[in-house]
Amino acid sequence: MAARPHILIITGYGLNCQEESAAAFRMAGAGTVELIHLNDLITAPEKLGQAHLLMLIGGFSYGDHIAAGRAFAARLKHTLSQPFSSFVREGGLILGVCNGFQILMKLGLLPATEGVIFSQTATITENICGHFYDGWVSLKVNPDSPCIYTRGIDRLYLPARHGEGRILFRDEAVFQEIKKNGQDVLHYTGPDGNPTEEFPYNPNGTAGGLAGLCDTTGRIFGLMPHPEAHILPWTHPLALTRARIGEIPGKGEGLAIFINAVDFIRRHL
Amino acid sequence: MTRFLEIKLKQGQQDFKGDRVLQSFKRQAPFLPRNVRVRRLYAFDLPLSDTEWEPLVNEFVDPVTEEAVITHETDTPSLVYRVSFLPGVTDNEGKTALEMASAILGRSFESGEVYTSFLYLFDLEEKDLPDEEKAKEWGYRILANRLIEEVEVFTRPRWQKSSAFSIPVITARDHIRVEEIPVSGMDDEALAALDEARHLALDKRELAVIRDFFNRSDVRATRQKAGFSEAPLDAEIEMLAQTWSEHCKHKIFASLITYQEVSGETHRIDSLYKTMIKEPTKRAMKKCKHIVSVFEDNAGVLSFNDKYHICYKVETHNSPSALDPYGGAMTGIVGVNRDILGTGKGAVPHINVWGYCFASPEYDGPLPKGLLPPQRIREGVHKGVIDGGNQSGIPYGRGWELFDERYLGKPLVYCGTVGLLPRQLHGEDGAVKKIFPGDLIVMAGGRIGKDGIHGATFSSRQLDETSPVQAVQIGDPLTQKKMTDFLIEARDRGLYRSITDNGAGGLASSVGEMARETGGAWLDLARAPLKYHGLQPWEILISEAQERMTLAVPPDKLDAFMDLARKRDVLCTVLGHFTTTGFFHAVHGSHPVCYLDMEFLHNGLPQMELEAIAPPQGEDPSGLEALNVEDLFLGLLSTEELSSRERLYRAYDHEVKGLSVLKPFTGIRGDVHSDASVTGADYENFDAIVLSEGVNPWYCELNPYAGTGAIIDEAVRKAITTGADPAHMAGLDNFCWPDPVYHPETNPDGKEKLGALVESCRALAHFAPLYGAPCISGKDSMKNDAFLEGKKISIPYTLLFSVIARMPDYRKAVTPAPVSEGDILYCLGRTNRDFGGSAAFRYLKKKGGKVPVPPREGFLPLYEAYHRALDAALVQSAHTPSRGGAALSLALQLLAGSFGLDVHLDQFLTGEPLTPEEVLFSESGGRIFMTLSPEQAADVEDMMRGLPLSRIGRVTSHADLRLFNQGRLWLSLGRDQLKEAYQRSNHGC
Repeated sequence: MAARPHILIITGYGLNCQEESAAAFRMAGAGTVELIHLNDLITAPEKLGQAHLLMLIGGFSYGDHIAAGRAFAARLKHTLSQPFSSFVREGGLILGVCNGFQILMKLGLLPATEGVIFSQTATITENICGHFYDGWVSLKVNPDSPCIYTRGIDRLYLPARHGEGRILFRDEAVFQEIKKNGQDVLHYTGPDGNPTEEFPYNPNGTAGGLAGLCDTTGRIFGLMPHPEAHILPWTHPLALTRARIGEIPGKGEGLAIFINAVDFIRRHL
Repeated sequence: MTRFLEIKLKQGQQDFKGDRVLQSFKRQAPFLPRNVRVRRLYAFDLPLSDTEWEPLVNEFVDPVTEEAVITHETDTPSLVYRVSFLPGVTDNEGKTALEMASAILGRSFESGEVYTSFLYLFDLEEKDLPDEEKAKEWGYRILANRLIEEVEVFTRPRWQKSSAFSIPVITARDHIRVEEIPVSGMDDEALAALDEARHLALDKRELAVIRDFFNRSDVRATRQKAGFSEAPLDAEIEMLAQTWSEHCKHKIFASLITYQEVSGETHRIDSLYKTMIKEPTKRAMKKCKHIVSVFEDNAGVLSFNDKYHICYKVETHNSPSALDPYGGAMTGIVGVNRDILGTGKGAVPHINVWGYCFASPEYDGPLPKGLLPPQRIREGVHKGVIDGGNQSGIPYGRGWELFDERYLGKPLVYCGTVGLLPRQLHGEDGAVKKIFPGDLIVMAGGRIGKDGIHGATFSSRQLDETSPVQAVQIGDPLTQKKMTDFLIEARDRGLYRSITDNGAGGLASSVGEMARETGGAWLDLARAPLKYHGLQPWEILISEAQERMTLAVPPDKLDAFMDLARKRDVLCTVLGHFTTTGFFHAVHGSHPVCYLDMEFLHNGLPQMELEAIAPPQGEDPSGLEALNVEDLFLGLLSTEELSSRERLYRAYDHEVKGLSVLKPFTGIRGDVHSDASVTGADYENFDAIVLSEGVNPWYCELNPYAGTGAIIDEAVRKAITTGADPAHMAGLDNFCWPDPVYHPETNPDGKEKLGALVESCRALAHFAPLYGAPCISGKDSMKNDAFLEGKKISIPYTLLFSVIARMPDYRKAVTPAPVSEGDILYCLGRTNRDFGGSAAFRYLKKKGGKVPVPPREGFLPLYEAYHRALDAALVQSAHTPSRGGAALSLALQLLAGSFGLDVHLDQFLTGEPLTPEEVLFSESGGRIFMTLSPEQAADVEDMMRGLPLSRIGRVTSHADLRLFNQGRLWLSLGRDQLKEAYQRSNHGC
């Protein structure tokens, strides 16, 4: 039971969403939010053990060179694999958004269907449209998922902004396992509310409209769209129009993800 | 030994990149490939053992989608292209590959590089197979840029036998050579030859002043005493040329102009910059208390709130973008980000803006020698700014494009950045920085190569096929992002005293400028970190290698500063220190390099004397007669200029930081261009930054004075319509002009071009302060001409006026989308017959017309009244007509919402009798269209009593735009029709 959830956010090497991610956790009621440069974490790996939640944020780590998240994942793996293993073993939470999600996949922390980490069984690769795309997407939450971040959420409206967001699995077996485990947390939906592969509702063309995945415990969660960019209700594209015909909500929709994480830490860690 | 890692997609993975290349060849090339597969090639020029190689390969290759190629023997391509960088060109991915190899192997490499290239495996019918020469030519046309890349073609037999590739390694050795330039005996002709040979871009008088300076006996004596030769050294001549370049000194704006008015009367103008930009702003600052700092720093600074100042700078990067659109444009955006980082004690880039002027992408006529087709320039420029901005984590707020054939030889690439500067830092004003003698000169960021040598002098010349290849730079956003993060951390810890950017002119310019504060500098160029061997001291001094900042670090903070730099993996080097000697003194180890009198360096440049005459006027009172209104309406809406281009623009990130309230695209579907953008500063407060702009070369070519007034009015009006506080604004001027220096043979109409500049500046001096948007920063680019088949093409006069404003509460921002059926549509302002340079006249290829110049007293009182209504939350939606007039504005308002609009063209207030066609397409300024709820309409009418306000229509429940005249339905356009036209430019994206 942690009264003061402690959040650790890794920065540096081209990652760039630290301000809004830190603001999201503060608004969600986190006790402390610590930004730490990758190199400082490597020299003080015990910092990881002191945190309840580690966030891998969006951005362009190593400029998306080689493949998005690839080089950053290699550095984490070769400098911090022990602390990461213990952190995961002890039930620590990890949230990866966009580039952070790509890093988690390339590290093998997701989907980790059999609980084996650092072994890559899925990847995230180039959008079918061939370029970066910035647009708001509608998402549906899988109610049967163990994901602790999406409890009580049915639908989300968030901005997606990526050039490499297409999720691919090593083989059909991995995909079946994911579905069986409810690790397929989020799907892009079309105007009819159902999962879609159609651009731009699904900006990258992932089969089945998959937008986010968790591990089997539901404590490690990665997604392509950016919940931290919708913490203020006023960044919703319709906010200014809606404000003139009625009330608009007090919070942005993405904040719910962070509130769930903080609540979970309060109750279980 | 160099090891090669070739990566291909696994069988069954669709090759989207290959498919796109296939499409490009199908569209353009004379031979049709059946299939194209793309591979990546990494050449590890590193000492690696066999046991190290295997884990490396395993981690570079994606186990899900990719595999390493072991042999070419089983490949059966018809031909293979390899595209690799030329020696010395920045290879960003290669740098990451090297770092990743270090991380995997747990060791660092003393020397060696990783070089990347792409392989394209083509499958063709035997009969379509081109010969090698032709294949190579098309490789260069579609896959590569000759200036930075090399194309190698492999036939199938050669490919199957190949197991190694060449690498662009630089083998040069260091032989430091400092050359004396014997100027003392040179006559004008010899000086001109020197100028040409070294790309100095100095004129006859300037070269003579330099010669005469070095001939002075006192100068010779001082030099001798300091151990320098009597004759200037190469680095000294180069540094003078950089410092005195048009790019750095704005010689034309600073010149003494003899101007002949239309009346024939002549008078003298002593510096357009001083009299028409600086002084009007200084006068306006008595009233505009929100302006903090102007013209002294890398960007203008405004107050914002208790926490922040905001600063803003817009730059152009035209010549580099013409030669290498991707690298040039990327350098444009990351370069202006550095201007912001170098403002005050260091501001954080918060919002980017961009705008481009191109020839039509559909143009397929002849091209100036050495230049690329407009479509390739456009694609490359977009990609460069997209990658530069996105990878730096900076959202864009405004983006626009214009098209005109005269931008064929010189595309214009405007890039700008708004920064947030803490109001207070360590008890001092964040906008103020100061250097003390003895402070260390520290260079942070990337290494120095031959990149961009002569960039400053080169952009001060016309483009032709002899333009130096080294003028091309490629940005490295990753290195810059790491440096930016580090510097902001160092700033917050108070580890440096002053900071500036290394842009045009490199160290010569950055250190040269900073040294003015203390009155001198000493530096040793041998300490500078280099990308490769073989650079001469003068090259180190003026290289424009990117991603570098220069700082003044107090000696007692140096250890802490360098320690943090190491921890953040940012290269920092102490090059020397600031002095009070009065000299810019540089050495390279034991070699003397540069000993220039600071006074001569900065003030020795003779003022240019130029002649100007009033430009011819092309205006007349013509308007529109009856015509096929529907064709014109839908035609305009679907032009490349006025249509949405949303698919393309959405490749730019506008949401990062999570503070974008009114976005580049707005409306309930987010698919309509907004008038202005509104962005918050942080997550706690509601005050916001409003950005808008005005640019219209077609107005300015008809009447530069009127056009400039119209542009300023438009920019201000867009900002205020959206919600900007009229009492808290500022403007930025960016002039891109054709060469305005008269020459009887090469530039016979130079005097008129300079006259046009004078007229434009006059309007700027009058209207910008009048509208409460005085200029706080600006830039000019003055040689935008090119030669096509012996004929000169000059760009039209292109002034970009950018507005930045504060909005106290972003929740009050107004969008174009009507919100309720039954709301009343109003027009604030009057419509006149203003068709000069209008979209309608250009579409109809009509000449003449009147440019919508605002009246002498401007329209600000109207906008202030509007702002009061907006502030009282009485405005439901609003949009302001600009290019395309009421027609475009009404179409966008309709498309932005879910309602219809009924509009009565005879209800518009007009200054003269107009046909309904004229009401619809006139581009009169000073107008805002707004919808009000019927309950609140009377209040607003009261507030605006005495102002030209008319009810012109209402918001309806049907989905059409219905235009009425004299009570009768005159034209009806369905939502789908409008949408299809407006979104035409999205097809094919």
